[in-house]
Amino acid sequence: MREDENVEALLPLPLAAFHILIALSAGECHGYGIILDVEARTSGALRLSPGTLYRTIERLLEDGLIEEPRKKPSGPGNDPRRRYYRITPFGTAVAHAETRRLADLVRLARHAWRAAGESS
Amino acid sequence: MIRLYRALLHVYPKSFRVEYGDEMVAVFGHAYADATPLGRIRLFLTAAGDDVLNALAVHWGILVQDLRYTARTLNRARGFALTAILVTALGVGANTAAFSVADFVLLRPLAFPDPDTLVRLCEGPRTGGGWGCMNQLSPANYRDFKTMSSSLEDMGAFASDAVNLVGGGEPQRLAITPVTFEVLPLLGVKPALGRVFESGDGDRNAVVISQGLWNSQFGGDRAVLGRTVNLNGATYTVIGVMPGGFYFPTRETQLWTALAFRQEDFANRTASYIEAVGRLKQGVTFEQARAELELIADRLAREYPQTNEETGISFFRMRDYMSPRIRLMLIALGGASLCLLLLTCANLANLLLARAAARERELAVRAALGAGRERLMRQLITESVILTLLGGTAGVVVAASAVPLFSSLVPPTLPIASQPGVDLRVLALAVLFTVLTGLGFGLLPAVRAGRTEFAALREGNRAGGGARQRVRAVLVTVEVAMSVILLTTSGLLIRAVSRVQDINPGFAPQNVLTLRTALPRPKYDSPLRRGQFYERVLSEVRALPGVQSAAFTTGLPMAVPGLITGVEIPGREVRSGRSEGVSHRWVTPQYFRTMGIPLHRGRDVAHGDTGDSASVAVVSASFAERYWPGQDPIGKTFLHRVARVRETRTVAGVVGDVKVRGLERNSEPQIYLPARQAPEESPATFDPKDLVIRHSGRTDALVTAVRQIVRAADPEQPISDVRTMDEVLARDTATRRGQLHVLGAFAVVAVLLSGVGIYGLLAYAVSQRSQEIGVRLALGAEPSRVSRMIFADGMRLALFGLVPGILVAYLAARGMSALLFGISPGDPATFGTAAAVALLMTFAGSLVPALRAVRVSPMSALRTE
Repeated sequence: MREDENVEALLPLPLAAFHILIALSAGECHGYGIILDVEARTSGALRLSPGTLYRTIERLLEDGLIEEPRKKPSGPGNDPRRRYYRITPFGTAVAHAETRRLADLVRLARHAWRAAGESS
Repeated sequence: MIRLYRALLHVYPKSFRVEYGDEMVAVFGHAYADATPLGRIRLFLTAAGDDVLNALAVHWGILVQDLRYTARTLNRARGFALTAILVTALGVGANTAAFSVADFVLLRPLAFPDPDTLVRLCEGPRTGGGWGCMNQLSPANYRDFKTMSSSLEDMGAFASDAVNLVGGGEPQRLAITPVTFEVLPLLGVKPALGRVFESGDGDRNAVVISQGLWNSQFGGDRAVLGRTVNLNGATYTVIGVMPGGFYFPTRETQLWTALAFRQEDFANRTASYIEAVGRLKQGVTFEQARAELELIADRLAREYPQTNEETGISFFRMRDYMSPRIRLMLIALGGASLCLLLLTCANLANLLLARAAARERELAVRAALGAGRERLMRQLITESVILTLLGGTAGVVVAASAVPLFSSLVPPTLPIASQPGVDLRVLALAVLFTVLTGLGFGLLPAVRAGRTEFAALREGNRAGGGARQRVRAVLVTVEVAMSVILLTTSGLLIRAVSRVQDINPGFAPQNVLTLRTALPRPKYDSPLRRGQFYERVLSEVRALPGVQSAAFTTGLPMAVPGLITGVEIPGREVRSGRSEGVSHRWVTPQYFRTMGIPLHRGRDVAHGDTGDSASVAVVSASFAERYWPGQDPIGKTFLHRVARVRETRTVAGVVGDVKVRGLERNSEPQIYLPARQAPEESPATFDPKDLVIRHSGRTDALVTAVRQIVRAADPEQPISDVRTMDEVLARDTATRRGQLHVLGAFAVVAVLLSGVGIYGLLAYAVSQRSQEIGVRLALGAEPSRVSRMIFADGMRLALFGLVPGILVAYLAARGMSALLFGISPGDPATFGTAAAVALLMTFAGSLVPALRAVRVSPMSALRTE
């Protein structure tokens, strides 16, 4: 119950925050990785600047939507000097809630356009 | 480029930069490496723009957080917050009000173009001395000054008068200033509507009105030009309206008419009834002009020794036309409010330090938990600024409500509005001062928190060193000193006022109502007609229930010094006319009884003293003493000149002296002449116009009844200046009492503030030393010894403050000795009382902490260790 209320209080999410959550849903990632991921996902339409990225990351950390893992992932392609972020269960819940909110909105809009198309 | 980007990151708060700066630079570096040369520039520009916006957002976020935190902490420490806000509000408010008035009166230029070159010229004693316009000019002297002087660009003359305005509701009595055609253009203010007077005689029946009168009498109608008004029974045409904020010569004047001299006006050099205003020529200094005018006065004195032998000049800048006493009072007021501001700052600093000590642990804990020093500082700054801004805002309210209290200190002689607005510059300065104090002392704990973060935690609540205790002790000392200064100076002024109020005015003001019915000429040119009016009004008023007696007089004492004339005594050499001036009034019977002026010998002015009977006079005791020392004055005669008639008058009675010039000034001896013996062509200024009524009962009912009587006698006759003699007397001391109220209030606030300061310091000391005290008590110390120790601490502080306070107070008192009316600046009673009050306040402030110290339980004090 409290969880639900908290989720609702954070909606609607700022665009950058939503994109970062989507990027992190695939797994842990560092800052530049997030920028590249968002850019690729939106076919280059959205390129986050470092300022926007880290301000949003700060907010997401404060609100507990993402966290920094204690242990940095190792392996090829992973730079141990970078700071990594991953989504929390609460973050996932918020991202899902935002998805539902947007989907509902789209459904409503479609419905409205259809109704308008039939009457004319 | 990367380095530039790193530098750019300084727009972010430090905490954010430390956390994410490296990451951001790295991210930027990646993107930079991937981009084309042109793309790199674009990348930098967009990133830079983005960073500025984001930094603002981050700062804002922190501010919101700090504000929330501040609201929470202040809400928890409500007593502290309220005290701090109240202290700031009082300090800022009182200061702003006091300095607004001082600036308005002393510094701000008058509302005329190039006001520094405006000067006024009057006659004065040849020996100099006095202030302002000592004696008015005669048209002949004015003409000679004007034609002979070359240092003035232009010069004009004006007179002062009052007229009855009839038409449109109740008849009104208004101040009017007849001006020569030069005056209004010379002042440089253009009329808002229409035109001003032209040279020649064409504007004889034209009038220029003030904006105030235009609004009240004509409803601000733009078609007012060409309309007529009835002044003293004659018709005048409105030719112009002066703009709002134009005052000349004082704010009283509502109308201006044209003043033009005819040849016969220049005949008599002693007929002084005008003043001159001029503008200095460019490049001519005030002193040069004065030297030239003094030369001219010397020349006139040689040429016309009979009339001008003693005539010099009063020459002064228009800006400087105010009583030296008011000037001194304003300076004293400025000093007092400066004391109060210092006191406020000291108190605020003390409050903040005490609070900082209490929060030391909290801050240390927050620092230990990882809050950066920059973050803590920011939090404390927000808190201090919010507190002082709240205080400052409340201070605006205090200032706005305090300014009207100061209006008795705005001299009526200056052409300025009756009260200033709150001066925003002064307000900003006072707020800035307190904000700086708030910042300075609010930040101290953060500075310490950075240094001692863990020490504070380790040592428990014993943290907080002797250094800060010393700072606080010094602050309390300053507070005590300031309050002693304010207590002493206001104490001296209280003594002066009570001494002034103890002076016998020479009449009994209780239960005397006065009002003015100035009979207009030429309607009342005939003495018979005036006599009929007085008779009718007096007999009907005397018949009213509750009225004991009633009379008419030329002027009330203190409101009007009386017309100063000279007398000649047969067989006595005539000395100077001016140094032997007497104040004379024309009165109807019952005047002395009504005013409560004691009749020493002989008789009152009687109904039978008419033009047909012998010319008599009632004189004051000092008059008799001056001319017939040690003799019986009854039956003695003197020569008195009224208009062009010189007549011999016989002394019929002697009455007590009256302070006609006010309680604090020397008054000329007085003579009273029967109104019915006034010569045929006596000027309107001699007419009895003030009605005085001694009564028992309610004043308002009486006023209504008298109004009806006057209206029945002459429906066009206005009634003005309705007041009681008590009010006339009170007005005489209004400036003094105004000053006293302000200083008194300052002193009370000062005592309260320093009491709070001492209490705060000792209470804090006791809480700091509770372990020590606990140990002492546990080891068998007498509780009384412990409380004596606390008292001794307080007294030591008080004594340290007392000594410099008394010294400065003495110097301040010497500076304002002109205000003290003979009270010595070192008056031991006042200084003793002030010191006693300061000590008493210390005692009161130490009481609670001392009791608390005695009640310290040894067990609980030791257990906290």
